[in-house]
Amino acid sequence: MTLNRRSFIGAGVAVAATLQAPAVLGAGKPRVVVVGGGAGGATAARYIAKGAKGAIDVTLVEPSRSYYTCFFSNLYIGGFRELSSIAHSYGKLASDYGINVVHDWAVGIDRDARTVTLAGGASLPYDRLILSPGIDFVDGAVEGWDVSAQNRMPHAYKAGSQSELLKAQIEAMPEGGTFAMVAPPNPYRCPPGPYERVSMVAHVLKERSPTAKIIVADPKPKFSKMALFQEGWSNHYDGMIDWIGPDFGGDVVSVDPDAMTVSIDGEVTKVDVCNVIPAMKAGRICEMAGITEGNWAPVDGRTMQSRLDENIHVLGDACAQGDMPKSGFSANSQAKVAAMAVRAALTGSKMFPAKFSNTCWSLIGTDDGVKVGATYEATEEKIAKVDGFISQTGENTELRQATYEESIGWYAGITSDMFG
Amino acid sequence: MMRFLGGMTLTMAVLAGTAMAEEEATQIGDAERGERLFQQKCGSCHQVGDGAAHGTDPGTGPHLNNIFDRKVAQFDDFAYSEGIYRARRDGMVWDLEHLDAYLTNPKVLVSGTIMDFRGLKDADDRGDILAYLRPFSSSPQDIPEAAPTARAEEVALSPEILAIVGDPDYGEYLSTECTTCHQVSGDYDGIPVITGWYEEDFVLAMHAYKRGIRPHPVMQMMAGRLSDEEIAALASYFGALE
Repeated sequence: MTLNRRSFIGAGVAVAATLQAPAVLGAGKPRVVVVGGGAGGATAARYIAKGAKGAIDVTLVEPSRSYYTCFFSNLYIGGFRELSSIAHSYGKLASDYGINVVHDWAVGIDRDARTVTLAGGASLPYDRLILSPGIDFVDGAVEGWDVSAQNRMPHAYKAGSQSELLKAQIEAMPEGGTFAMVAPPNPYRCPPGPYERVSMVAHVLKERSPTAKIIVADPKPKFSKMALFQEGWSNHYDGMIDWIGPDFGGDVVSVDPDAMTVSIDGEVTKVDVCNVIPAMKAGRICEMAGITEGNWAPVDGRTMQSRLDENIHVLGDACAQGDMPKSGFSANSQAKVAAMAVRAALTGSKMFPAKFSNTCWSLIGTDDGVKVGATYEATEEKIAKVDGFISQTGENTELRQATYEESIGWYAGITSDMFG
Repeated sequence: MMRFLGGMTLTMAVLAGTAMAEEEATQIGDAERGERLFQQKCGSCHQVGDGAAHGTDPGTGPHLNNIFDRKVAQFDDFAYSEGIYRARRDGMVWDLEHLDAYLTNPKVLVSGTIMDFRGLKDADDRGDILAYLRPFSSSPQDIPEAAPTARAEEVALSPEILAIVGDPDYGEYLSTECTTCHQVSGDYDGIPVITGWYEEDFVLAMHAYKRGIRPHPVMQMMAGRLSDEEIAALASYFGALE
């Protein structure tokens, strides 16, 4: 990694010096392009624009006009939220913060010329580029499944139409039917997400079809908030959920989307709904930019700069940073550090030591919320955990309800922090 | 802390036996003196003892029978402040530590409390009042009177800490960590509004979380790594927001 970075910086020094000169001399406004309008990208764009007060040109590239947050999309599946309540537009970022919002796909990055090419053909020059593209799926991760099967066996791990599809499939399940989930290996977006989803599916089925079964095939021996979820499953949905870890072949899985069957350790089961959440990697644009190592884009947590290109910052699920989980909260937290670093580099504003935090709330049943969280700091090597907490098993109902209500407050807070 | 424990030991020696349900229990103060103090400082708003009732005039408080080791805001027939209800949801209990902290300065524990009381800086005064209130709680023998660890430290902040002038620029950066949950617009959706506070109230609250006196795991964690200067910087920044 160090060698790569050195060789890049070595080669790039002359270019960097000439290209950065205009910004320093005030001959033109420095330009920042942000790719991806989620918890990382929208927050970064907003904080850069807000802090720079017009001194930096900010362009946000995001294909969707309506952005559906992945967080709380399980609550939509469980019937606790309307889909419209997790949809957000970019209107305020444009009108109140002067951000140039472009609804298009970024399809290429020329790191030498410092331009981003859009599917529509436009080319956007940048002084600093922020990539916050979220996740894509690893090809061939689940035998028998590829993206073309996502209408038969939805992943619903990017919110919106996939969430609608999965919800509709669950609600159409026959009495006593079977729901299967293929859970992903680490690391992946939203560690408690699959298990919150299982809880929400169970909640729906308990009302509609109490004899239905849920099978979870999991390649991991342990998962986030495991004791809390297992306690909640036995409290609310006793006997409905069969979690199969790797000890029982949960890691030997294939699916047949045409036949609607799942094979777990050689045993084939006909299912009514199959939610396949494959292994994940950084959003494809990171690979195209050549800043990935393995599946993710390594960054220096002190500034969130790519280890392979100092003019690119990578946020959220797509980056490999150290100890933080891949979550919307984490992406939002990282975006603020990146925004500070970008402003400092382009306008000379003050730099403070990077601080990060994360909290993940999960809903297990009606008014039964739990949470896990931690604080982090940046070392030279990685983003390192400082301190943390987790909800306890056996908490009283008043506290669980307060935790759920707090998550609703958090949702309002983070979405106004992202979208203004 | 030393002063408090010192006061306790002295009064324990003098008053051992009065109003004590169990011999092992440690007396927390001079109940006789506490009664006089209670009447002066608390009695116009709070009742305690036989026939005690909640105050009905604006700004008066609930009766204080059985307050020890009770969850806060337990009376359905009394309208508490929103801050007290929040403390209840967060699991706060009126144990000796929290009663003592509340008497030191109510705003340490409950921002926006309607208890209009500046607090008692003297640990002996607080101990005496609490010793007076103590026998009006049921089954006192079941409750440890004052474990040596009951009071971690003085909750009153030193004048030096309160005098720190925060750097609003630094506060603005640090605030970005708060605004993931707390809305800068001042909108309320289940997580408290933290803009436009008096700086001192903000500082008191954050230090109380940092020391773990206020319940709430997220806030204890977030405040736990803030320095005195950082808390002052945040207070300065948020205090200036409308």
